[in-house]
Amino acid sequence: MLRGLVRLTWIELKVFFREPLGAIGTVIMPVLVFVLLGKFGSNVSPDSGFTSSSAFRIDVPVFAAILISINAVLSLVAIIAIYREGGILKRLRATPLRATTILTAHVLVKLLLTAATLTLTILAGKRYYPVGADVPLFAFGLALVIATWSILSVGFIIASIVPTARFAQPVGAIILYPMVALSGLFVPIEAMPPTLQRIAGVLPLTYAVSLLRGMWGGDAWRAHLGDIGALALVFVLCTALASRIFRWE
Amino acid sequence: MPRARPVVQVSNFRKTYGRFVAVEDVSFDVYDGEIFGLIGPNGAGKTTTMECVEGLRIPDDGRISVLGLDPFRDIHMLQQRIGVQLQEAQLQKRIKVKEAVHLWANLYQRKMSDGEKLLEQLGLADKRNSWFMTLSGGQKQRLFIVLALINDPEVVFLDELTTGLDPQSRRAIWELVRGIRERGKTVFLTTHLMEEAEKLCDRVAIIEHGRIIDMDSPEALIKRHCRERAVVLSTDDPAAEGRFAAIPTVDEVTLKDGKLTIKGSEENLVTEVIRCISESGMHVTDFRTVLPTLEDVFLRVTGHSIRD
Repeated sequence: MLRGLVRLTWIELKVFFREPLGAIGTVIMPVLVFVLLGKFGSNVSPDSGFTSSSAFRIDVPVFAAILISINAVLSLVAIIAIYREGGILKRLRATPLRATTILTAHVLVKLLLTAATLTLTILAGKRYYPVGADVPLFAFGLALVIATWSILSVGFIIASIVPTARFAQPVGAIILYPMVALSGLFVPIEAMPPTLQRIAGVLPLTYAVSLLRGMWGGDAWRAHLGDIGALALVFVLCTALASRIFRWE
Repeated sequence: MPRARPVVQVSNFRKTYGRFVAVEDVSFDVYDGEIFGLIGPNGAGKTTTMECVEGLRIPDDGRISVLGLDPFRDIHMLQQRIGVQLQEAQLQKRIKVKEAVHLWANLYQRKMSDGEKLLEQLGLADKRNSWFMTLSGGQKQRLFIVLALINDPEVVFLDELTTGLDPQSRRAIWELVRGIRERGKTVFLTTHLMEEAEKLCDRVAIIEHGRIIDMDSPEALIKRHCRERAVVLSTDDPAAEGRFAAIPTVDEVTLKDGKLTIKGSEENLVTEVIRCISESGMHVTDFRTVLPTLEDVFLRVTGHSIRD
């Protein structure tokens, strides 16, 4: 079935790029946001007394990475909803293609796009964020793929319960974006009230941010086994749940 | 009709959605090499039945076997040997015709039909590089037939194949379906078009409210349920009405808008009317026969028209 997977993934990738808006939304937007944030960030002079500016600078790449990841998830949710509504999922299922093959093809497309967007973003942002030799880009990219994979499984649950494509994207956004606020990206987890801390503790984005931040800072993988474990757990739980409630039509 | 081996066997099949009983106690066989039609109005249970036979849904009760396999348990083995066209299915909007064909061709292990040749046979060769979304309704349906035939299947399932097509495309598709039978395949189709069923199917099962009402060849069903036939003619002979009424097999003669309608239920009605005309030497300016159709059968056995 590998042959089918490769072919389907390739076709889905081509189909994706034939839709100009989809490509702009998924690939171009994060790059733009990153560059704009970079412009804004570099206008703040380091000696102007804006003490948090160095933290801000470090976190912009992490923020952009999270944005790329969520973008991928939202576009996956939308595509699955459109495919379900249009009867495309059903038509594919009535072939020897296994259900997992169809979904894996979409996940692969999103992961490929995530990696491509990240690469483009880093290239475009070079002016504003001089990447030193101490930033392990490959590790950071890998961390982003792991994080995206995990959050994609949350996307599958959304994709499973949203009845029509029209609601897929907004519902996905309502569920995912608040996670960003609690992920420790803007406010350190330790500074939050205990209730919010507990909520943050069960949200996958919190671990994604921690992992990405660590990787950008040059941490060893060893130091983030907990984050990876949490993300893996989210993936396993969500995939199991999604496979139970997933509807093909 | 010589009975070939059954390739689809359904017995006491039942399917419910929540409290709604979609199909109840349905049994039928589809034989090797025939075109079998499940006919009835929308919502009668046609698609539910077909999708359970294809292994896409699980029956609540009863037994279904296709080519000796259990469609749900042995779905992956079965899918290699059957071809499926689904009602209201779509492909990716921007997938090219040739990409869809190549993808499908790569999904099957068994010997393949030649995709290019199929595209040509179904008149899609010049659409190879077109996106799915740019195809017309008839072209989409023809592409779905290509995809259903790509693995050279033993049984082909066609669900409401010509719904929404103009009469011309519809007739073209009927020719293609007959062509599938010529290749020795079995065709199992559903339709709510009685004309389609009558012209295309070797045998039909009439299904309504989830139950099969009757099943046979269209001709046999018409013979069984609707024997009434009529001759409609125009003549200036004032004695014509009386003459026709005197024929023993004639039940009723009515005159309306200058046309005589002569009704009867014997097969020799037309012969008798013609004999009467030639013996009396009357001058006839118009003559046509009205024979019962499957539509009349449906009206008779269900008590209402299929369009109600």
